[in-house]
Amino acid sequence: MKWDLFFQLLVNGLIVGMLYGVVAMCFVLIYKSTQVVNFAQGEFLVLGAWVCLALVTQMQLPFFLAFIFTLVFMVAFGIIVQTVILRPLIGEPIISVIMVTIGLSIFMQALMNWIFGNDAKRFPDVFGTTDVVNIAGLNVEVAYLLSLVLSIVIMGVFFWFFRFTRHGLAMRATAFDQQIAQSLGISVKQTFAMAWAISAMVSGVAGIVIGIVNSVSNSLAFVGIKVFPAVILGGLDSIVGAVVGGIIVGVLENLAEYFDGQYLKLGNLYTIAPFYVLIIILMIKPYGLFGTKDIERI
Amino acid sequence: MSYVPNPRPAGDFRTTYKDDNRLFKTHFETRSALVLLALVIVAAPFIGNYWLTQLILIGIYAIAAIGLNILVGTTGQISLGHGAFFGFGAFASAWLVNSYGVPPLLAMPAAAVLTTAVGMIFGVPAARIKGLYLAIATLASQFILTDFFSRADWFSGGVYGALAERPSFFGFAFDDDLRYFYLVLFWLVVSAIAVTNLLRSRDGRAFVAVRDHYLSAEVMGVNLTKYRILSFGISSFFAGLAGALFGHYLEYVSVEGFTILLSIQFLAMIIIGGLGSVYGAILGAAFILLLPQVMESITTIAATVFPAMESGKSYVKQMSIGAAIILFLIFEPEGLIHRWQQIRASWKLFPFSR
Repeated sequence: MKWDLFFQLLVNGLIVGMLYGVVAMCFVLIYKSTQVVNFAQGEFLVLGAWVCLALVTQMQLPFFLAFIFTLVFMVAFGIIVQTVILRPLIGEPIISVIMVTIGLSIFMQALMNWIFGNDAKRFPDVFGTTDVVNIAGLNVEVAYLLSLVLSIVIMGVFFWFFRFTRHGLAMRATAFDQQIAQSLGISVKQTFAMAWAISAMVSGVAGIVIGIVNSVSNSLAFVGIKVFPAVILGGLDSIVGAVVGGIIVGVLENLAEYFDGQYLKLGNLYTIAPFYVLIIILMIKPYGLFGTKDIERI
Repeated sequence: MSYVPNPRPAGDFRTTYKDDNRLFKTHFETRSALVLLALVIVAAPFIGNYWLTQLILIGIYAIAAIGLNILVGTTGQISLGHGAFFGFGAFASAWLVNSYGVPPLLAMPAAAVLTTAVGMIFGVPAARIKGLYLAIATLASQFILTDFFSRADWFSGGVYGALAERPSFFGFAFDDDLRYFYLVLFWLVVSAIAVTNLLRSRDGRAFVAVRDHYLSAEVMGVNLTKYRILSFGISSFFAGLAGALFGHYLEYVSVEGFTILLSIQFLAMIIIGGLGSVYGAILGAAFILLLPQVMESITTIAATVFPAMESGKSYVKQMSIGAAIILFLIFEPEGLIHRWQQIRASWKLFPFSR
């Protein structure tokens, strides 16, 4: 056993897992407050990354400004998607809601391919991100550290928002029971739009971070698919579960890569391992680790 | 469901269960179906190769869509893995022919049976979960199966794909498109009749009961686990059959053809056609297959005005599918078949419609 490689992959897994956790959190946020499963989450991510990259390279904006503009853009985008596409579908069966986000996802994929091209593009080196620091004997890229810090910040902000702000409280109330929330004077429409706006914005941030760490291309949308094992693992309606699930999936992926590379020699195992785990979890614990089990009464 | 007037003529009261359960609701329906079928059979030799290819593909996709419709439209489950089952059928048939020398005509239904088994295995989680969780579980089955195709060299030829010869029947080879079209048409008619038949049987009603209210269904004595897995099996059967037909039509099966996009297209077909309707599935298959080509001609025309459009042709095709799904769900959630019923009803009630 090569312990240093093992730990290296473990650390990488943790860091990537934190990012998955952030995206999973966005996903759960939408699901919890609006009962919509967003299959286009991965495309949101890519959109954020592309827009920021375009602002930096084409418009020659400084990174910080481009970042802020991207956030504003993503908020507007989230609100538009919610009001134009998802609002008419309130009360429709689950399959319709799933399909509409899938439709949105393939529409966005093609459109982004068209506008931004098929090739992967790198962010200009803003933070000296390709440097490597040595922490306790392990080499960690600065970009990874940056993403780790940002993930923790985002999670902290989420926690603060839901625990201590009025809007966060309104959102939790809506997630708990829409009718009661409405009768208490919370605008459910506004809350829905806000959930989508926040989710789009945070996925945009995650997209930018992943874009800086790797490079920006449309294949980043695969993160959106990876998120499914994470949220199922954690339970579809639990934000803590999303983070834990994300980290587990990230670590699992890297461990699968390790064992695959060392012993099994199957190749490419790490992309598929989370899905096997997903199936097993669904058979044993259908509501995930932290999800609320819905009890149905006739 | 919005209100659609009854197509039966006045005074036609069904007094027996047998009457109520007829395959076609009215004589007019029987006749028009037969006339349409005869028309397709007679016209096929004269429509040219391009349209023949389109019709073959529509037929193949329609068979798979009819299968998916049992699962999604009738039983109310969700499957995002139908494209992979379709692919499994294609590979299984090629495998049976190449490794065991089974004649292709027999290999097709045999592949469908194999696919049924695989579908039932992946349907097992469906016994416990539903809705979103099920959607995601079937998404996993899509990825696991495509991964399996690219790995299992003995089964699918791995990344190189597998050859699949055209079938023949006692020296009568289905080697040109016209003959193959009749083969596809045969299986399409068989599938359509089989499924319509299934839906009026006890099992069909059990499926609908599971969809409409599974708790009540269980109380009424419907075995939920059995029917959920069964509907996965039946839908995979048709996916496998269609996949086998597809493989032998192209004469070559490769892993790239069976991505998640294909699964989404199948779902789009039944949603655009109309959930739970056999004719709807066929209409939807035609719509999804022809839409990109219509869009391509439109882009070609548009490209004469805006040259920039030229490069975006393939993207416009994909975008049109996404947009069609979104627009149909917002403006016509019950699909083309519902539109057709409305048109028919307004003709029938002419001066009083509107």
